[in-house]
Amino acid sequence: MDFSVIINELPLYFEGLLLTAQLVPFSLILGFLAAIPVAIMRLSRNPLVNYPAFAFTYFFRGTPLLVQLFLLYAGVGQLDGYSALTKEFDFLKGAYFFALLAFFFNTTAYTAEIFRGAMAETPFGEIEAAKACGMSKWMILRRITIPSALRRALPAYSNEVIFMLHGSALASTITLVDLTGAARIVQSRYYAPFEAFITAGVFYFVLTFLLVWAFRLIEKHFNKHLNRREETVIEVVT
Amino acid sequence: MASVATATAVQIPALVCEDIHKSFGSIEVLKGVSLTAHEGDVISMLGSSGSGKSTFLRCINLLETPNSGQVTVSGELIKMSTNKKGEYIPTDPKQIEQIRTKLAMVFQGFNLWSHMTTLENIIEAPIHVLGLSKAEATERAKAVMDKVGIYERRDYYPAHMSGGQQQRVAIARALAMEPKVMLFDEPTSALDPELVGEVLKVMRDLADEGRTMIVVTHEMGFAREVSSETIFLHQGRILEQGPPKEVFGNPKSERFQQFLAGNLK
Repeated sequence: MDFSVIINELPLYFEGLLLTAQLVPFSLILGFLAAIPVAIMRLSRNPLVNYPAFAFTYFFRGTPLLVQLFLLYAGVGQLDGYSALTKEFDFLKGAYFFALLAFFFNTTAYTAEIFRGAMAETPFGEIEAAKACGMSKWMILRRITIPSALRRALPAYSNEVIFMLHGSALASTITLVDLTGAARIVQSRYYAPFEAFITAGVFYFVLTFLLVWAFRLIEKHFNKHLNRREETVIEVVT
Repeated sequence: MASVATATAVQIPALVCEDIHKSFGSIEVLKGVSLTAHEGDVISMLGSSGSGKSTFLRCINLLETPNSGQVTVSGELIKMSTNKKGEYIPTDPKQIEQIRTKLAMVFQGFNLWSHMTTLENIIEAPIHVLGLSKAEATERAKAVMDKVGIYERRDYYPAHMSGGQQQRVAIARALAMEPKVMLFDEPTSALDPELVGEVLKVMRDLADEGRTMIVVTHEMGFAREVSSETIFLHQGRILEQGPPKEVFGNPKSERFQQFLAGNLK
């Protein structure tokens, strides 16, 4: 291992980290927000509501993220009509926008399925109890089904977040210099594949560790009601 | 003036159900059941499983939609109409929501919201349905938690309490709505035998306070001693109806005699 390569190129890696640390949270936050209505649509018995959501999630879960990225960046991005549009709206241009879009669609589809499953598992009695005290359909969704489902979905969702972090490495295939992109530059400069990619790997490793830790705290806070009794009793006493 | 107003209020029954019919597919579960509850009445509904007693209770607050019949809650008729497909449905969902706030229900399976603590369960509907402030709702919650004896468990989640405690929380949640009528759907049937007593005691206290209650139950002691009226349902029809002394002391139908014999073994 030639550590001088790594040390010399650390600024490049931090630049890459900055991009990864933008793309991933942005797409995750937008995806989380969009997944809730998509999940609700998926649970609708009305085919006009259910079917578009089903088609969306089926497409984005049924194809590789890399294919989606190329379809958007190399496909949609090169359409005549689209380049005309970018003259009006500058931000639509470029790999950054398409990476964000592809990640956003992808994570929305997966997250929506996680939420749909969790919402469908809401105990029927809890919904009946909400009805019986006069809550409307929307209030039941807002106050009972969604808060309870999001809590149940947390462990599965934390996996999706980690997959998204690792999936974001694909941004490097459409010219972006994220963590992996930085590693690829280092590799091409020095022909030092181990130094280049192990360094990137360490960054991802640390990020993953932070995410796992953060989700453990979040679960501890929001999922007290799912804990076994002993643990809670101790918490109440102290 | 005030006394006149009270006098009229007393005359309007808290709950009137007229000729409720309900079928599931081709099976007719309720074949015309009627009931009138005046304020302070405690009506026990008995019957073997499949007699339709729980279905009837669920038709009162429209958790099940009856196929025909009328429900009137303190003088307000629940408007029903027939849609294009010929189904009998509530005309105005808003009215149903509003009526349900006056008909609190306690379920066999407690049905507490599992992600909320005792206190949160109790203040939820008063805040979000009745529009109380959090302070008002919490004040109300304190009173009802004291009444059912679960104040010490106010910060517990349902999963961390016994069945008897959970059911008392559910009763507190119902009480916090300050309902006109309380509907109990086999409130002790899911409890371990040693926990039944604590829930029955709370229900007895509520009856003593003069609350209007409709109780579907298998607890003969409660029906006999606490209720002001006992109804025995069999195959979707009322077979016996009257003060418990009469019904238990002098059963008219052979079916109820068999039922009593089976239950008193």
